[in-house]
Amino acid sequence: MAEFTMPSLGADMEEGLLQEWLVHPGDHVGRGDAVAVVETAKSAIEVECFETGTVGALLVEPGTTVSVGTVLATIETEPEAAEARANPRRTRRAAPPADEGRTEREHSAAKAPDLPPAEAPEPPVAPDRLEAGPLLRRDAERAGVDLASVHGSGPGGRVTRHDVERAGEDSAAARPPARRQVTPLARRLAGELDVDLAEIGGTGKNGAIRAGDVRRAAAGPRTETAPRPTAPTPTREERPTPMRRAIADLMTRANREIPHYHLATTIDLHPAMEWLHEHNRNSPVDRRLLPAALLIKATARAAAEVPDLNGFWIDDHFEAGSGVHVGVAVSLRGGGLVAPALHDADTLEVTALMAALKDVVVRARGGRLRGSEVSGATITVTNLGDQGAEAVFGVIHPPQVALVGFGRVVDRPWAVDGLLGVRPVVTATLSADHRATDGSVGARFLSVVDRQLQSPEHL
Amino acid sequence: MTTAPPEDAVTTYREAMRDALREALSGDERVFLIGEDVGRYGGCFGVSLGLLEEFGPERVRDAPLSESAFVGAGIGAALAGMRPIVEIMTVNFSLLALDQILNNAATLLHMSNGQLPVPVVIRMTTGAGRQLAAQHSHSLEGWYAHIPGIRVLTPATVEDARYMLPAALADPDPVLIFEHGSLYNAKGALPRSGTTAGLDRAAVRRSGTDVSLITYGGSLPKALSAADALAQEGIEADVVDLRTLRPLDTETVAASAARTHRVVVVDEAWRTGGIGAEVSARVAEDSFYDLDSPVERVGCAEVPIPYARQLEEAALPQPADIVAAVHRAVN
Repeated sequence: MAEFTMPSLGADMEEGLLQEWLVHPGDHVGRGDAVAVVETAKSAIEVECFETGTVGALLVEPGTTVSVGTVLATIETEPEAAEARANPRRTRRAAPPADEGRTEREHSAAKAPDLPPAEAPEPPVAPDRLEAGPLLRRDAERAGVDLASVHGSGPGGRVTRHDVERAGEDSAAARPPARRQVTPLARRLAGELDVDLAEIGGTGKNGAIRAGDVRRAAAGPRTETAPRPTAPTPTREERPTPMRRAIADLMTRANREIPHYHLATTIDLHPAMEWLHEHNRNSPVDRRLLPAALLIKATARAAAEVPDLNGFWIDDHFEAGSGVHVGVAVSLRGGGLVAPALHDADTLEVTALMAALKDVVVRARGGRLRGSEVSGATITVTNLGDQGAEAVFGVIHPPQVALVGFGRVVDRPWAVDGLLGVRPVVTATLSADHRATDGSVGARFLSVVDRQLQSPEHL
Repeated sequence: MTTAPPEDAVTTYREAMRDALREALSGDERVFLIGEDVGRYGGCFGVSLGLLEEFGPERVRDAPLSESAFVGAGIGAALAGMRPIVEIMTVNFSLLALDQILNNAATLLHMSNGQLPVPVVIRMTTGAGRQLAAQHSHSLEGWYAHIPGIRVLTPATVEDARYMLPAALADPDPVLIFEHGSLYNAKGALPRSGTTAGLDRAAVRRSGTDVSLITYGGSLPKALSAADALAQEGIEADVVDLRTLRPLDTETVAASAARTHRVVVVDEAWRTGGIGAEVSARVAEDSFYDLDSPVERVGCAEVPIPYARQLEEAALPQPADIVAAVHRAVN
């Protein structure tokens, strides 16, 4: 019998709100399956379980806030499940006493294929609109779904996020695809600047393409942290307060507890950008890369090579991370940040890393990250992209011991072999925890990042 | 008894208007002022204070509460060669004279094949903001701007209060001047100006490149105050004062839209069918390919203006509402 508990989804998390169960008692679950949605101060997270087995009792009602570590459900692991089938009384406290006269075989034959829940199921009630939390209402609004008309599959007929999602898909399928919205000025400019509107994303209301988007597209290849999703993005929503508070608490703790030291170095990106342009010229759109992919890959390699910066400072000692999991700082539309992790980034092939980066950015901005993504980063990268400043000196994300920052890629006069040329360069910075390492280690780390970027074909 | 302020002096909108009246009365024998309380009381809003003593009851004539009669008298006098200035207490009461204004003043030149010009000037207060409740607070100048054959002026600055009247008197056709009640105490420098201000062009009161605020009259100070607040955020607003609602200077509006690509129309009247709707439609017609966001409009809540101070403030467009509309247009 395993227990599924409220996980800690971040160093700063003390309690979480169980939004919704994604499984029912008796469901078979495997390791890594999402079983529940938990809302933290930052966002809603789908939480995975680590066991394989059958879901037993769901002990916590959706809508309840419980502290980290509280048992949410029981999971019968495989041998237990077999045993339970043989001896139902073990898990069915409320079951009537078994008839002594029956044989084992009759016992198992009489048993329903899946166990009923430990508690008597509530009679289904009509879904109450007031029961829908803000998250559910927001989902419904985004999907253009009327909550009152959604069939609820949750306990007591409660509408779950899954129901809303399904209803949204149904109504989306019924709707003709929306025409791309383009402002008159943007359409005129696209004609003048020879920009294909189908190729670019929009930053206006409901994803409308505006003049600025066309001008940016005309200005050449984009080099920002994350591609803008072309799907309509929700308008600014009222989420920043708990989010801001969570960031405030974490960053205050970081500055209070961590003695930072900062290093910076400027890296020549000429070979990297040449290789990137060549690669993109010969690749279909979905395999094109942004500089961010190379920067993250180089950082991950350096973290593997200088492991003292890859891990955590916990209880006054350094714990090396198992594997290189790079957290990527993603700014959210309503303000605020999350830093989902790209797992084993040092071994990911760059196109796979690019795809993972795109995917995680879109889901971060849509509030659909998974538990294993929001925690577990061993080192964090913040990349300001082409909208940013030239250098960023960041604050470490506790309990990590290092944060790597990349500024905007800029053309600068650059000396190569005694001659002056113009090269694209980027300022890489390292904020590191002085308790764990000293400047010489940090300097070595940055030089490895530099070296990796000089031979992009090996990244 | 006041004397004309020296050039470039700081004066109030009320005094600027009074100086304009005094100049008109002393400069042209055909000019006279008629309306409720313009004489002994000195004008409902104190504009004509002292003019009765200065020019006598023949030139400054108190009329009974009879809008249709004294506006009709003004129109008749204009037909007979005089240059009357008719004052109506508020635009709400001008509706009693709407028949005279629309069916006589605005039509006679056309119906007489050009033989009967009607050079009358009709002044009235408009707008809310002073807790005078629904029957004294509405903004109906847009209704008059609907009528061909008349000119509609909305002076918003001390300079326009001083120099629009002589230009209006020089116009051979009926001219309506709407004075927003909240402006009478507004102070401003009166620039040295030997000539009268033109009546045909809007004025850019503040230059900016990020958004156009198109407004007039009593909403101009609010738009300027919103523009100040926006400048703190780095959003530079182009503030266009229409000055004349009929004929509209659409060229200046279009030029501003071409500079900023975003238009917010600010108008204290109800949005539905108001002058703000007309401006917005003209922008859609003239500037479609310059727009990078839908036209935003800021107007009054569609209710009779409430008496209670907080309710009145809530009903009227405030600088914060203008800022919010700009954010919608810019973001």
